[in-house]
Amino acid sequence: MPYRMNLMLCGGTGCAAQGSFKLKGVIEQELKKNNLQDEIQVVMTGCNGFCAQGPLMAVQPDGIFYQMLTEKEIPYLVEEHFLKGRTVKKLMYTPPLEEKPVPKMSEIPFFNKQRLIVLKNRGLIDPEKIDEYIARDGYKALTKALSKMTPDEVIKEIKDSGLRGRGGGGFPTGRKWESARHANGDIKYIICNADEGDPGAFMDRSVLEADPHSVIEGMIIGAYAISNAGEMPVIGYVYVRNEYPLAIEHLTIALKQAREYGLVGRNILGSGFNFSIKINRGGGAFVAGESSALMSSLEGNVAEPRAKYIHTVEVGAWGMPSCLNNVETWANVPVIIDRGSEWFSKIGTENSKGTKIFSLVGKINNTGLVEVPMGIKLREIIYDIGEGIPGGKKFKGVQTGGPSGGVIPEKLLDLPVDYDELAKVGSIMGSGGMIVMDENTCMVDVAKYFLNFLKEESCGKCVPCREGIERMHEILDNITKGKGKEGDIELLEEISEVVIDTSLCALGATAPNPVLTTIKYFRDEYEAHIIDKRCPAGVCKELIEYSILADKCTGCGACAKQCPQEAISGEKKEPHKIDKDKCIKCGACYEVCNFEAVRIQ
Amino acid sequence: MPRLKPEDLEKIRERMRGTVTLREGKAKAKIIVHMGTCGISAGARKIMSTLLSLTEEKKTEDIIVTTSGCAGFCSKEPMATVELKGEAPVKYVNLTEEKITKIFNEHILGGKIVKDFALAIGSEQLG
Repeated sequence: MPYRMNLMLCGGTGCAAQGSFKLKGVIEQELKKNNLQDEIQVVMTGCNGFCAQGPLMAVQPDGIFYQMLTEKEIPYLVEEHFLKGRTVKKLMYTPPLEEKPVPKMSEIPFFNKQRLIVLKNRGLIDPEKIDEYIARDGYKALTKALSKMTPDEVIKEIKDSGLRGRGGGGFPTGRKWESARHANGDIKYIICNADEGDPGAFMDRSVLEADPHSVIEGMIIGAYAISNAGEMPVIGYVYVRNEYPLAIEHLTIALKQAREYGLVGRNILGSGFNFSIKINRGGGAFVAGESSALMSSLEGNVAEPRAKYIHTVEVGAWGMPSCLNNVETWANVPVIIDRGSEWFSKIGTENSKGTKIFSLVGKINNTGLVEVPMGIKLREIIYDIGEGIPGGKKFKGVQTGGPSGGVIPEKLLDLPVDYDELAKVGSIMGSGGMIVMDENTCMVDVAKYFLNFLKEESCGKCVPCREGIERMHEILDNITKGKGKEGDIELLEEISEVVIDTSLCALGATAPNPVLTTIKYFRDEYEAHIIDKRCPAGVCKELIEYSILADKCTGCGACAKQCPQEAISGEKKEPHKIDKDKCIKCGACYEVCNFEAVRIQ
Repeated sequence: MPRLKPEDLEKIRERMRGTVTLREGKAKAKIIVHMGTCGISAGARKIMSTLLSLTEEKKTEDIIVTTSGCAGFCSKEPMATVELKGEAPVKYVNLTEEKITKIFNEHILGGKIVKDFALAIGSEQLG
């Protein structure tokens, strides 16, 4: 008997960390108890995207969405909804500041404002079953390319679509493939960059976990295009960071199943074309995401970039032509070949076609993964999909592009998301990290954080990056500790100019972006730190002071109990006092006070 | 698993069509069997099992059988609502296994409403 109901349970890393795999067992047990096991199937899917509300489950065919599931609610859920047909309101999603829950996934703003193209299989397939990928038009594009298109036609289609590299550089993909096609070499390489080093970015992880075949299919099509239908051998590599065990597991299973079906390997689909893919696990360095550094690491050497007067498409891994693209770029390829470049180029803006996946994180109500068409306004992403800042706090800025990007302030929120528009304001699209900041985020501290990250990750080969970033970090550190001097801002700007112009690779060349954009849009915060020795956001520990407001304090003593340093004293029902010499500014008193009597300034 | 040819990919898509339809929630026809305590005590589960066997027997792939809670008209349970794509929903009442079988064959497969068993066409206004 076919199943009448499928419970799509999210098995992405976020929900898995909250116990979703264990939940599967519990649900199946309850279904058996109620004799429903032949009617209802539990399916573990990849990341659903609404990560802040996990563990998540979508009940199909009704489209009911449940969130924040725990083991002890399962028996009630199974009895009420699956046996008796009554949906369970208390497990549904309620938008912030509202009272009524929204039962259907298609009506939740987080979901219905997105446009899923790369993530079209999200929440609908089990990534460990190749048949489910095939069922939703999987490998249709590959069939079309191998049997009905020439390599030149494939390249033309990608060029016409306007697809640009989704790893951050935004280089036109079709043009890269064309260069690879015409490059000379005894062997060519197709490489997938799955190193994803940006802090806060998890788009590639999500795609690899949830829909690994979309990447595999893209790579095979790419190999066919650049090898001129097998004129010379092509070998594929997926360079994936070792910190993604679930992605590696799913990719391994997917490759195994694809090999067994003859979709990868020799004589693919009986066409005579050969192409195989190997998985290479990264050594754990951010710089290995840089194309030439990645290839160096692939060869077994240390991940260090080289000057790119000669591009890697001509001389890449092992000195041979190598076509390297990001996970998301590869995942766009089957969709473009299947549905056509004309359809694809209608989505997005003039120069940025298609969609982009963003990992929306930070001070935002709806943390998670969103896929939106290019050209959508930042304001829509943050307020309509993200549903605003938690606690009703004020928006301050959004960092796009990770450590290579810049902070965009409130006045620029109507900016359309587009490679060129973001570059105009000093940021970059990057791989898709979008970190939202509120009034309690210190911009100087943010710049320091990113520089600290890059200082650790710099390979050290070239002086501007190695020394420049270290010095900039030192200056920022001094500023946050109240040791800033007049002229520091100008010095930062001067060093930035040199680092941008003379660094060997993009890690160094883009490192000053967070500093320069925060100086440009939040100069007043820098000046407050340097001149007034004050941190307006209340973050930099050396510059803030905790005190108790006598007129608000009720003398309840809750703060004194929490203080790890026993720095708070006072009589019951009398206003309390904080001893500044003992205070370590941990913030515990601020957290527990119910009367907003603790002041940070 | 054998090495596939393009035709084999199509066969897999055919085979999986039912699952895809189920997960997307879009289908040619949808039958909602009303459960709830009243429905179940009146015998709604037998109506459900009959429908599931019928879909299996006729190998239909784009017909969804699902449940909902009490429909509100407790004295007329077991009840089911039939929704054909693009048409208003029809509520059927006082069902038995024979009646639902007739409804399945004539309305769902044949497209003709079984007026004798129907209560109403359309649904209540919400809000």
